[in-house]
Amino acid sequence: MVTAPPTSSGDLVVARPEGLYCPPGDFYIDPWRPVDRAVITHAHSDHARVGHGHYLAHTDSEGTLRTRLGEITLQTLPYGESIVQNGVRISLHPAGHVLGSAQVRLEHGGRVWVASGDYKTEPDGTCTPFEPVPCDTFITESTFGLPIYRWPTQAALFAEINDWWRANAEQGRASVLLCYAFGKAQRILHGVDPSIGPIVVHGAVEPLNAVYRAAGVALPPTVRVTDPGVDAALLRRALVLAPPSAQGTPWMRRFGNYSDAFASGWMQLRGTRRRRGVDRGFVMSDHADWPGLQQAIAGTGAERVFVTHGSVAVLVRWLTENGLEAQGFKTEYGDEDTEPVAPAP
Amino acid sequence: MKQFAALYRELDATTSSLAKQAALQRYLQDAPAPDAAWAVYFLAGGKPRQLVPAKLLRLLAQEAAGLPEWLFDESYEAVGDLAETISLLLPAPTDRHDMGLAEWIEAHLLPLRKTPPDALPDALRAQWQRLAIDERLVYFKLITGGFRVGVSKLQVTQALAAVGALDPKRVAQRLMGYTHISGQPTAADYAALISPESTGERDQKTSGQPYPFFLAHPFNLPLDQFDAALGAPSQWIVEWKWDGIRAQLVKRAGQVWLWSRGEELVTDRFPELSVMGDALPDGTVLDGEIVVWREDRVQPFAELQKRIGRKTLGPKLLREIPVVLLAYDLLEWQGRDLRAMPQQERRALLDDLLASVRHPSLIASPVLHGESWQDLARQREAARAMGVEGMMLKQRHAAYGVGRTKDVGTWWKWKIDPLSIDAVLVYAQRGHGRRASLYSDYTFAVWDGPPEAAERKLVPFAKAYSGLTDAEMAKVDAVIRKTTIESFGPVRSVRPTLVFELGFEGIARSPRHKSGIAVRFPRMLRWREDKTVEDADTLQTLAALLPS
Repeated sequence: MVTAPPTSSGDLVVARPEGLYCPPGDFYIDPWRPVDRAVITHAHSDHARVGHGHYLAHTDSEGTLRTRLGEITLQTLPYGESIVQNGVRISLHPAGHVLGSAQVRLEHGGRVWVASGDYKTEPDGTCTPFEPVPCDTFITESTFGLPIYRWPTQAALFAEINDWWRANAEQGRASVLLCYAFGKAQRILHGVDPSIGPIVVHGAVEPLNAVYRAAGVALPPTVRVTDPGVDAALLRRALVLAPPSAQGTPWMRRFGNYSDAFASGWMQLRGTRRRRGVDRGFVMSDHADWPGLQQAIAGTGAERVFVTHGSVAVLVRWLTENGLEAQGFKTEYGDEDTEPVAPAP
Repeated sequence: MKQFAALYRELDATTSSLAKQAALQRYLQDAPAPDAAWAVYFLAGGKPRQLVPAKLLRLLAQEAAGLPEWLFDESYEAVGDLAETISLLLPAPTDRHDMGLAEWIEAHLLPLRKTPPDALPDALRAQWQRLAIDERLVYFKLITGGFRVGVSKLQVTQALAAVGALDPKRVAQRLMGYTHISGQPTAADYAALISPESTGERDQKTSGQPYPFFLAHPFNLPLDQFDAALGAPSQWIVEWKWDGIRAQLVKRAGQVWLWSRGEELVTDRFPELSVMGDALPDGTVLDGEIVVWREDRVQPFAELQKRIGRKTLGPKLLREIPVVLLAYDLLEWQGRDLRAMPQQERRALLDDLLASVRHPSLIASPVLHGESWQDLARQREAARAMGVEGMMLKQRHAAYGVGRTKDVGTWWKWKIDPLSIDAVLVYAQRGHGRRASLYSDYTFAVWDGPPEAAERKLVPFAKAYSGLTDAEMAKVDAVIRKTTIESFGPVRSVRPTLVFELGFEGIARSPRHKSGIAVRFPRMLRWREDKTVEDADTLQTLAALLPS
């Protein structure tokens, strides 16, 4: 008897033009073209796109997915619970990337595959911490797949941000911190010392704060520039959180002679810091650093590793030299951190 | 070391010269004198001889980080700087220290050069294991000799002057020789930089201080008003207006100092002029222009730029780009301050002096003669071909004033009209200070082919940020925001819609510019709202302005 070609390779996940596909289950993981069934690891726009027939995601992603994608057919799962789709058992496990981010565990015919989506191994208090999920084959990202990327601890990072804010507030100037509106902004809110001064957020940030607060994540009070009582004196002591696209827009003018900073893993390098043209760069990423990647991969016990978006070639070679069977997957995931600044309207 | 690493971080984090100045002054005030002595040495450009071969450093770092060579190389490629790569890759420190910069340099870094090769790896490892991550960056930069942090020697001079409540020119003199390659500055050397002026320094006979420069005013009246405004040409000493570096050469007590108009001491940038100064008698101060001089004529400013900013001046460069001082005034002679003397008498003394010295690097800026202003105007037409900016008019009876004053006499600069071209605005960048929120700094382009060319492109060739009124700038700012194609940090590319007439003083070929052409002092003469983008000039019209 001749076996059917689609699963002849035996792989639980293959790369297709539409995205990462599970042949026996007949669904996609974070597809970049419209498909019938999509499992979504998290709600960042390069992983969660419009146009799919059916979405499956973690319960905590519901708010952000609906905010971003509008009316969709969405099924949600808590971490650890599973459903079966065409004989493939699917469960979601914490990825520690942003609220609701999940690794997708697939079990079929005695084999276990895990697709990590984006992940970060250090807990940050705004989402369920990353958990290693034992598997035969692990699909990992590689955004910061070079040993030069090693993140400072949360404590050291926030001490730096607090010091910068405090020094500015003492000099009577606003501290404008550019960061992505979903994930990083809430991490900053959760981690800074709100006794230093008022916290102002850009219009793009506040809706996501609401989603986090609704999920029970403790965030300090925030105001918008249009709120009553927000005057020049308040702004001069404020920490202002705005998306990178706000840099250079008229919105920023109200802050007068402000100090600006950018929060991103890429700020690890002096060159990128300087090219950004901001006063300060804080090394803060919602992706795993190099030690984090190694730890996560080792933690799964996987013998086979597929590497997606980032330093694919480097990580594949490194893992191969360390005795694993590694290869790359070509995907169309951008990276929130490398997204170019959006053109002004 | 911690303090110095913090200063490095602070200087590196900002592009504002005010913030840099404040950080420098704070450091100098707080740091122990032995540390400040070394900090000044490095910040002012001092560089000890190579301490450790870079190759060895790479190898040890790679080994310590437990990385294969290819992965170290990949990392280095991503970072682009060896010292930074190494500091990012090494394992976290296992030890601590509380040594200052001076102790690190004197007890640990400098002795590395005398450490036998087989002991070097252990010595280096023991050192970096004690340093925190941000200290390591500075440490490796000092070892690799790549220490640069965007601070000029002038800024260091100014910070020292502020700390010591001194004239920056005094500090500049005291800094001479401070950054010597085998220099080992001590607390006493640092104290000497900022101590109050000594009587010896105040003594005019031995001091290297220049006089404040007397500056000229622009003169733009139509020719038919010259007689009424200036009187007869015979009342004036007329010279070419040179396009070089204005400078004073001071010779006193057997020593030579060369000062630029920015009150920067540039003696070591122009060794041939320093040697020429040795031939002058003590108590002599000349005022003139440093220019590149070849084949009996002045060379474009672009040539001089090849020498400015060079750290080392090799014999080849000195041979190929020789400079001279075109002298036009004598401010001190036989130790006597001549500034109150009439211009023509100073000039006569200068001519006598130059005739007796006869040095190839010292040339008198010729005095021009004309029957009438019309006659001089005709002579002035040769200015462009000669590579000069126009003429200088100096009152025969004028004393040498201070700065831009007119109370004791006047110097006029009668410049030729700038070259001009119609160009298209293609990039805009936000300004600084008062113009911080406005797109006020623009990049301009011309077409690379004539209008009939099938697929012509706009080629950027100049940046300009002056010449518009505030009202015009606000209007242009609004257009830029509406026509933005893309933003890169503070820069925007815009859809070409705006045409400006750009003026500039000089033009030269430049392989470093995309257009192949570099212009000098570009500025906006006017906004050509009457012209469309298609009407803008081309690279060919620009090239036609090049001197033959």
